Amino acid sequence: MVQTKTEISRRKFLKSSSGVALFIGISGILPQLISCKDPNKIKEQLAQQPLTAWVKLSEDGLITIYNPAAEMGQGSMTSLPLIFAEEMDADWSMVKVEFSPQESEIYGSPGWAPGSKLMFTVGSRTTNSYYNVMRKAGAQARYVLMSSAAKHLEVPIEELTTSNSHVLHGRTNQKINYGALIPFLEMPESLPDFSEAELKNPKDFKLIGKDIPRTEIPAKVNGSAMFAIDIRLPEMVYGVLERGNLHGSKPKLTNETEILAMDGVVRIIPLDYAIGVVAKTLEQALSAKKSLKIDWSESKASGHNSQEIYSTYEKIASQKEKGKVIFEIGDVAKAKRTAAKTYAVDYKNDYVYHAQMEPLNAVVQVAEDGGSAEVWVGSQQGMDTKLGVPKILGIAPENVNVHLQYLGGGFGRRSMNDFVEECAYLAKEMTPLPVKLIWTREDDVTYGAFRPLSLQRLTASTDYKGNITSFSHAVVGDGGNLVASAVANDHYDIPNQFAEWREASNGIRLKHWRAVGHGPNKFAIECMLDEIARDQGLDPLDLRRKLMAKAPRALATLEKVAELSNWSTPSDNGRAKGMAFVEHGSLGTGVCEISVDRSTGIIKVHHFWIALDAGVVVQPDNVKAQMEGGIIMGMSSVLKEQITIVNGRVQQSNYHDYNLLRMQDVPDSIETVILESAEVPEGVGETATPMVACAIANAFLRLTGKPLRHLPFSPERVLQALNS
Amino acid sequence: MVRFQLDINNSKHTVEVAEGTSLLWVLREHLGLTGTKYSCGIGQCGACMVHIDNEPMRACLLQVDNYADGQKIKTIEGLSKNGDHPVQKAWIEAQAPQCGYCQTGQIMQAVALLETNPNPTREEIKSHMNGILCRCGTYLRIIKAIELASKTPTSIEN
Ligand code: FES
Ligand code: FES
Repeated sequence: MVQTKTEISRRKFLKSSSGVALFIGISGILPQLISCKDPNKIKEQLAQQPLTAWVKLSEDGLITIYNPAAEMGQGSMTSLPLIFAEEMDADWSMVKVEFSPQESEIYGSPGWAPGSKLMFTVGSRTTNSYYNVMRKAGAQARYVLMSSAAKHLEVPIEELTTSNSHVLHGRTNQKINYGALIPFLEMPESLPDFSEAELKNPKDFKLIGKDIPRTEIPAKVNGSAMFAIDIRLPEMVYGVLERGNLHGSKPKLTNETEILAMDGVVRIIPLDYAIGVVAKTLEQALSAKKSLKIDWSESKASGHNSQEIYSTYEKIASQKEKGKVIFEIGDVAKAKRTAAKTYAVDYKNDYVYHAQMEPLNAVVQVAEDGGSAEVWVGSQQGMDTKLGVPKILGIAPENVNVHLQYLGGGFGRRSMNDFVEECAYLAKEMTPLPVKLIWTREDDVTYGAFRPLSLQRLTASTDYKGNITSFSHAVVGDGGNLVASAVANDHYDIPNQFAEWREASNGIRLKHWRAVGHGPNKFAIECMLDEIARDQGLDPLDLRRKLMAKAPRALATLEKVAELSNWSTPSDNGRAKGMAFVEHGSLGTGVCEISVDRSTGIIKVHHFWIALDAGVVVQPDNVKAQMEGGIIMGMSSVLKEQITIVNGRVQQSNYHDYNLLRMQDVPDSIETVILESAEVPEGVGETATPMVACAIANAFLRLTGKPLRHLPFSPERVLQALNS
Repeated sequence: MVRFQLDINNSKHTVEVAEGTSLLWVLREHLGLTGTKYSCGIGQCGACMVHIDNEPMRACLLQVDNYADGQKIKTIEGLSKNGDHPVQKAWIEAQAPQCGYCQTGQIMQAVALLETNPNPTREEIKSHMNGILCRCGTYLRIIKAIELASKTPTSIEN
């Protein structure tokens, strides 16, 4: 056991009714215990020492555990504290969960750069990146309790055990509640830097892997859960911005005097790309916004027509010169020269919008002296934990206090903090009044940051036995990784692979959208496989079995879902099944069963089955919920959603013309089987969504013999395919 | 500015706002009843669902002027004292919410259904609930929660 020396002078704790914080350092960081009677003192301590404060204990046995991740419905408010509580042997019924302060040096998990720390709830990384952090910190908290108990009871620590918030001494039959240990807590000389082997054996888990109800759900059903949009402060004023529907366009306000004369309007604040209005009430701000007369400049996006751009993209795909190489193994060109057969297919996808149900918003207040600021926000956080606010306000990051609230949906949109920055600009002008900035739904749609439109050109070759010998994938679109991620096929045994990105830039705002490149690219890859299978007279299951021969974990999900969905028994009543495999941290294979109304072109999804390998699963029921939500969001985007752009202008503005899937369109069931595993937990938030497009298209191909190659599968496109 | 007196959750509230102000802003921004949500403002999503004289209505489409005459307004905050209305309990049992933003509107709509039709079929549930959007895709669990609640005999008395 590696010991981390506690160099700081050991402190005795003050008895305090407000509890004691155990500041437990993670490896190499100094641990310390201090009283939490005085919140400023805690902050001071945190500012002085690189400590990690994960838990607060009070004498009545109440245990507060801090959650460092955003909660947007994925369950971090339960899963991370649960991991900590497991190793601490805490009585879960006495655990309360709060958001941690937004300080990445203290609460970050290992970032992408070696040695860096990050508070960033993106890429389904939360459970994966915090699993070891929380386990170790929980074990260290337990160790502090045990060593203090050993001293107090005057017995060797080796004779002590713990269970359900108690330290136990078997020989003398003594039992002390964690809370009762507060007066005797003392920091040990050194703190073990627990290795994986010294942590609990997963077989002994009492909380991890059990169906524990989510901690924040009661507040979400009684209306008390606070989203940033719910924050109200004394003397708060309201800010709104008019940003137009042409991204990058610059505004010129032509009726400033008229606006300033309107009821309740206190300030007009022009930004580079928008006109801001601050008013005493929200309704006054909104009515002023409606009355703004603005001349908009043309922009880079002017002239862009989203439904006509594909012909340009096809030309780009056909150019001889290669784009940026993303992935390459073997020699595709050589494989093609010796191929028995080659295939080439284009897949396309239109822009889609996040449509998180809580429109973007934030509340910012700058202190009278301009030296500090408070920020209330629902954010997926960021590389900069203070969300860009310090720079705008000219305030040191440590004096910007971010109060994270629940997120009314993230899906990648809230990992871009443009809305927080806007609010900081307004709040700076309005110092010291707190400003609540609200995006209307119209703002949220027309000034959205979309999943890019793209074209995927796939080519493949097979040998005379029908084996796939090469696979290449060219993505044409804007946004680098946003379009070019998820093009490598690591789980398929295809010896020659090539993937490249060819840039096409249109001036449209773009952003990560749940599963990012996986959506369009898995659609293309998995559909291509089925098109080849059909041409070769192979069952798509058999084709994938062969391809997954060297990837046993992926193969296990395939076999399981085949069994679960009764794959080999053909569907009746004009239905058919289709399958798709997706890796996004976790591995999953999905099967859907569909039918199609040949007169209207409407596709109906009847069932979805998923087999998932996500490593150790912390909250099984919640993982299933993520699968269900992921499938529904996938169906929504695949069957309904489309942003179109005419001469650079976004054509949609609200839910009446940007349709989301509604309850009447849900499948009868979405069934998930989680495969047993002792591997590190992998993310599950983005594994299901990308299955949907390909599983539906593959089912459609088996049902009708026609491929669907352009997302979304609107009724018109379906009819077109049927009549082709 | 006009003074309006509203009967919300069985108590009287006075606000002073411009005529024509939407009931949603009155509830949320003037009275702090923030359990009722804003998402579209045009009657498309149902996040703002409240009951007026026991009818489910979208607060974003209503002007405060027309509901200050003794109409009984009920919001999620007034559904139960301790968040233990049978529908709320069923919602917890089904672990229905994800982000939670749409859920108060969903619950208000579901309560209205069960008050008039205590044993709805699945098709009746779907068509009654169809107007309330959930981006997180919790629809199947909402159906499950409503089915659970409809099995609770007290669901219409609360
Ligand atoms: S906010 Fe009222 S229906 Fe959407
Ligand atoms: S739970 Fe997030 S929108 Fe319904």
